[in-house]
Amino acid sequence: MPAPLPPLVQLSDVARTFDVSPPWLERAIGRQPKALLQAVAGVDLTIARGETLGLVGESGCGKSTIARLIVGLHAPTRGTITFDGTPLAGHGAAQTDPATSRALRRRMQMIFQDPYASLNPRWRVADIVAEPILALEPEAAKGDVRRRVAALLEQVRLAPEDGRRYPHQFSGGQRQRISIARALSTQPEFLVCDEPTSALDVSVQAQVLNLMRDLQQRMGLTYLFISHNLAVVRHIADRVGVMYLGRIVEVAPARQLFARPRHPYTRMLLDAVPDLAAAGRRRVAVAGEVPNPLDPPAGCAFHPRCPHAADRCRSEIPVLRPVAGGGEAACHAVLEGRLPVPPPAAVAAPPA
Amino acid sequence: MTAHRQRTPPLLAVKGLRVEFPTRRGTLTAVRDVSFEIAPGEVLGVVGESGAGKSLTGAAVIGLLDPPGRIAAGQIHLAGRRIDNLPYEAMRRIRGREIGAVFQDPLTSLNPLYTIGRQLVETITTHLPLDARAARDRAIGLLEEVGIPAAGRRFDHYPHQFSGGMRQRVVIALALAANPKLIIADEPTTALDVSIQMQIIELIKRLTRDHGTAVMLVTHDMGVIAETCDRVAVMYAGRMVEIGPVADVIHRPLHPYTVGLMGSIPSLTADRERLTQIDGTMPRLDAIPQGCAFHPRCPQAVPRCRRERPEPVAVGASDVACWLRRN
Repeated sequence: MPAPLPPLVQLSDVARTFDVSPPWLERAIGRQPKALLQAVAGVDLTIARGETLGLVGESGCGKSTIARLIVGLHAPTRGTITFDGTPLAGHGAAQTDPATSRALRRRMQMIFQDPYASLNPRWRVADIVAEPILALEPEAAKGDVRRRVAALLEQVRLAPEDGRRYPHQFSGGQRQRISIARALSTQPEFLVCDEPTSALDVSVQAQVLNLMRDLQQRMGLTYLFISHNLAVVRHIADRVGVMYLGRIVEVAPARQLFARPRHPYTRMLLDAVPDLAAAGRRRVAVAGEVPNPLDPPAGCAFHPRCPHAADRCRSEIPVLRPVAGGGEAACHAVLEGRLPVPPPAAVAAPPA
Repeated sequence: MTAHRQRTPPLLAVKGLRVEFPTRRGTLTAVRDVSFEIAPGEVLGVVGESGAGKSLTGAAVIGLLDPPGRIAAGQIHLAGRRIDNLPYEAMRRIRGREIGAVFQDPLTSLNPLYTIGRQLVETITTHLPLDARAARDRAIGLLEEVGIPAAGRRFDHYPHQFSGGMRQRVVIALALAANPKLIIADEPTTALDVSIQMQIIELIKRLTRDHGTAVMLVTHDMGVIAETCDRVAVMYAGRMVEIGPVADVIHRPLHPYTVGLMGSIPSLTADRERLTQIDGTMPRLDAIPQGCAFHPRCPQAVPRCRRERPEPVAVGASDVACWLRRN
């Protein structure tokens, strides 16, 4: 086997803080301190070439912020993001010359959740798909662009004639396929997909997921696939990271994560998902809610809801460490061996 | 439906319901020929994709169709009494007293300017002969029952002071205020995170058990249906294509649309390389095909499906509207 290539995308200790303070005058009058929200609090993550990394977690856990940091819609407050070995954002990015950095950015694209909001309603579909091509290659010949747009539309199983129509003439699933065609127009290697099927009906979601998988096999694409839907992530991802309040609490190969979740939060999430096969199973009621991210608990952010919390969990933030059997978890109880490893497929209770 | 297999007389009986929207370009029929029953204490799931008519069916039952939508045909009986032709005032008294409602977005069901306590007390005194003091006690009792911690203190809080999951609990408390026999819940957990969703599902299940309340649960999430319902009805293009016990419909679906729908749902436990794909999209209301509305997308369609519309017939414990299931 040849020497392993470096990961395509690497995040080292990436953090992003947002200032959500009230306006200055209000703060001065009310003597309020600044309110800083740490959306991403020191994340280490690698994405290998050709793999699909799934990122799951509840609202406000920071998964979309990670997507935006990687594609450059936000700048990190701390840490480094490298793409194909070159620092792109954060620490060390200043040494990368702007032309290289632009060339690297072309190799990644993003697909957004809402196919109604992400397409300009006043543009024809062909112009929407051609825009990234023209932005990156302003000298491209008209006929050539037209041919490429037609090929892209066919790739996402639309007809080249559909290019003359407007977004409102398409259904949600078709619009999401237009978004995919637009994302593919610059021949990227890496697609960041932020809840790409969450706004779609299940049968349409199946069409889009099947298409994404076909395109990946045909073009060797790498995906970062963000979703709150665990079943969708299990279906599409090779590896899965679980986020809670700005941190990754567990990352493992998909099959392993779903069959043998290690972190108590992952176990809780998996137990809470309604599943067709598991109707009628008895479950442990989940207590509590995600705490206010403006005032996160000390120590492990999950400790107020965790049935295995000990004193150490209340004071010391756990870091991701490899666990026996593969994968990594950030949990004192797991690393100290206080938490027994669940038997394989403990969640896969057969229907009664 | 053709066969009645329920032992107890139904709490809710809907027969031949048709909902129309008159528009400038002709009348659109959003729900046609829908018939079903709900027994006391039963949870009936209504599932389907956007535009299948599931929410409109719920809105028709509770008399909250947005104009110009109207019930054009059919009858709705609640505990033996016909309610679809009642004047507005009479229907308003039934809403809340006999039928409660829970919608997807708890913020639209709550008035942001009043404390939740005031909203609860108002609902209680409208429907029940209680004085202010007794109504307040009942309101606090309801908040405790739906799992709101420190209910006595939270009584005086405004909706914006609650989280999404807590707000949905308040809405459920409001729906329960007058102890109705039936609750229409339209996507009650869709806006919530999974861990909160499960808490709400458990709450709904416990309430049906403790109070014998029947629930019509409208959702697009088959997982929620599987966890909550006794029976499930599948809607497609304004019609009910299959209705039956939840385990039968999920594990042994009869209608080709239900088969495709179940196959397209990714599972947490089963490995599949590809998801079943139903090609095409659901027809628009102004272009519903002749015969069976599903035939253009149906992999098993026969010539008869293009000409004649199948009526639901009993197959096993289910009713299914498909020519392939006729012998």
